[in-house]
Amino acid sequence: MQLTNRAKKTDKSELSLFERSYLPSLATGLGITIKHFFQAKPTIEYPEQKRYLGPVFRGHHILKRDEEGRERCTACGLCAVACPAEAISMVAQERVKGEEHLYREEKYAAVYEINMLRCIFCGLCEEACPKQAVYLRHDMFVPVFTDRSNVVYGKDQLVEDMTHRYKRDAWTKEDAMKLWK
Amino acid sequence: MGSFVQWLTESMFLWKALIIIVIFAITLAIAAYSTWGERKVAAYIQDRRGPNRAGWGGLLQPLADAGKMFFKEDFIPAQADKWLFILGPCLSMFTALMSSAVVPFGSSFIIGGKEVFVQAIEINIGILYVFGVVSLGVYGVMIGGWASNNKFSLLGAIRAASQNISYELAMGMSIIAILMMSGTLSVREIVLQQHGGNWNIFYQPLGFLIFTICAFAECNRTPFDLPECETELVGGYHTEYSSMKLGFYLFAEYINMFASSAVTACLFFGGYNYPGMDFVERQLISGIGANAGHNVATLIGIGSMFIKILFGIFFFMWVRWTVPRFRYDQLMNLGWKGLIPLAVANLIITAVAILSGYKLVGIWVGLAIMIVLISIVWSLRPKKKNAIMGA
Ligand code: SF4
Ligand code: SF4
Repeated sequence: MQLTNRAKKTDKSELSLFERSYLPSLATGLGITIKHFFQAKPTIEYPEQKRYLGPVFRGHHILKRDEEGRERCTACGLCAVACPAEAISMVAQERVKGEEHLYREEKYAAVYEINMLRCIFCGLCEEACPKQAVYLRHDMFVPVFTDRSNVVYGKDQLVEDMTHRYKRDAWTKEDAMKLWK
Repeated sequence: MGSFVQWLTESMFLWKALIIIVIFAITLAIAAYSTWGERKVAAYIQDRRGPNRAGWGGLLQPLADAGKMFFKEDFIPAQADKWLFILGPCLSMFTALMSSAVVPFGSSFIIGGKEVFVQAIEINIGILYVFGVVSLGVYGVMIGGWASNNKFSLLGAIRAASQNISYELAMGMSIIAILMMSGTLSVREIVLQQHGGNWNIFYQPLGFLIFTICAFAECNRTPFDLPECETELVGGYHTEYSSMKLGFYLFAEYINMFASSAVTACLFFGGYNYPGMDFVERQLISGIGANAGHNVATLIGIGSMFIKILFGIFFFMWVRWTVPRFRYDQLMNLGWKGLIPLAVANLIITAVAILSGYKLVGIWVGLAIMIVLISIVWSLRPKKKNAIMGA
């Protein structure tokens, strides 16, 4: 029964004396490997060289602020529920009078932590968020950590800095390469 | 005391000691850098870059590897035979290092009116010595595999023993053809007879082929690395080894590669001879004086020797990363039914050619006749029914 047209008919006829000496096929093999030996290598030497990752790359998390600089997150917990790696935890708090310029909603996340050792950068938190608060930036990696005490990222590392706002632009390859410089 | 110093300087004892130490150091250095080279060659053949983080181009990698090896736990299994377990890798290393002693790396230096050969020892049975030492090498593997008290190790050791015995036969016979041509067992003599470009490879193409294949088997290199055979035997004879004992085994393999490349270069590629060497030496002697000229010419000769050796090592690696491992029965078939008869045929052809007085032509004509005969016999053989095709 033929399922695909990719099946190759194998040649099971007996080898000739020349073929049986192994030498011709050995020579062919050596030819192939030496060709690869001198070929240009496609390796990208990572820390020195960075490759174009595209505008949809999922990197470092960010908790967005709105135009007036108020935190968008309302600590609804949907991101934590959506997270398959259970990397997100938070503590909610009610906004009191006088904090309207800090938090957009009446409830906010007093603590918002992402455990980067658990996170698999799937981006489901970003998808789940009803307030457009959490995003995975396309221009920044989570840096390599060498100590477990550096693993849990709190609000100090996650909340957007209003002087350097994050926008998911750089849709062309050239723009994106500039971001990685 | 004064007479002792005089004796030292006069008897060339110092120079010999110096040469031995230099050869020893070079052997170790080349073996160490072969491990780096192997990884680089493997990487390049597989379109990778290989180690390039430790030092420029990864050149400090062997040091890092050795450092790692030293700091690993040196574990001896409880049921192992402790002394044999320690003896195994030592023996491997010892025999590996000894085998390059008779290899002439260059012709000679004239120092203070005396001629000093660039060779650790010159004995008139050099080839026999090499063979003796190389076949001792298998004891290291066998003892290690036996002492580990581990089935995989034992299987690896048995494979090593039977493989080495099988391939030593064919190797010895391919060498005998060379010995018949040169009429001496001394490696230096054999090299001297290949003066200039008069290399043995042109007289002994089949002998060279057999010798190379056997050298691969003797060094336990792919496609004949059945004693280690990671896919079947975990690590083969060195499964139970760790730390520097394992390091010794691995290192011995690279030293063996170096030694067999050196022997191949001497036997088939003229050792330190290269075409046009007389012209170069004459120019140098007329240019910078007799002694200095001779010494510089020797240095160039040593250079050509090392180029041949390095290419040999590269070839070992190149083949390793090209072909898959033989199955055990294929290995034995090739050794006993393929190489040994061929070696015998080569022996006969060489003998006839020498007697006929036309060495070069005779050997090539003989080989051609042999190939024709084999293909006639092959085409006349009873055709087997092909079971798989059901035809
Ligand atoms: S990217 Fe995925 S794994 Fe990481 S925090 Fe968001 S939902 Fe969890
Ligand atoms: S980041 Fe979004 S989903 Fe997560 S708690 Fe805040 S508002 Fe809810």
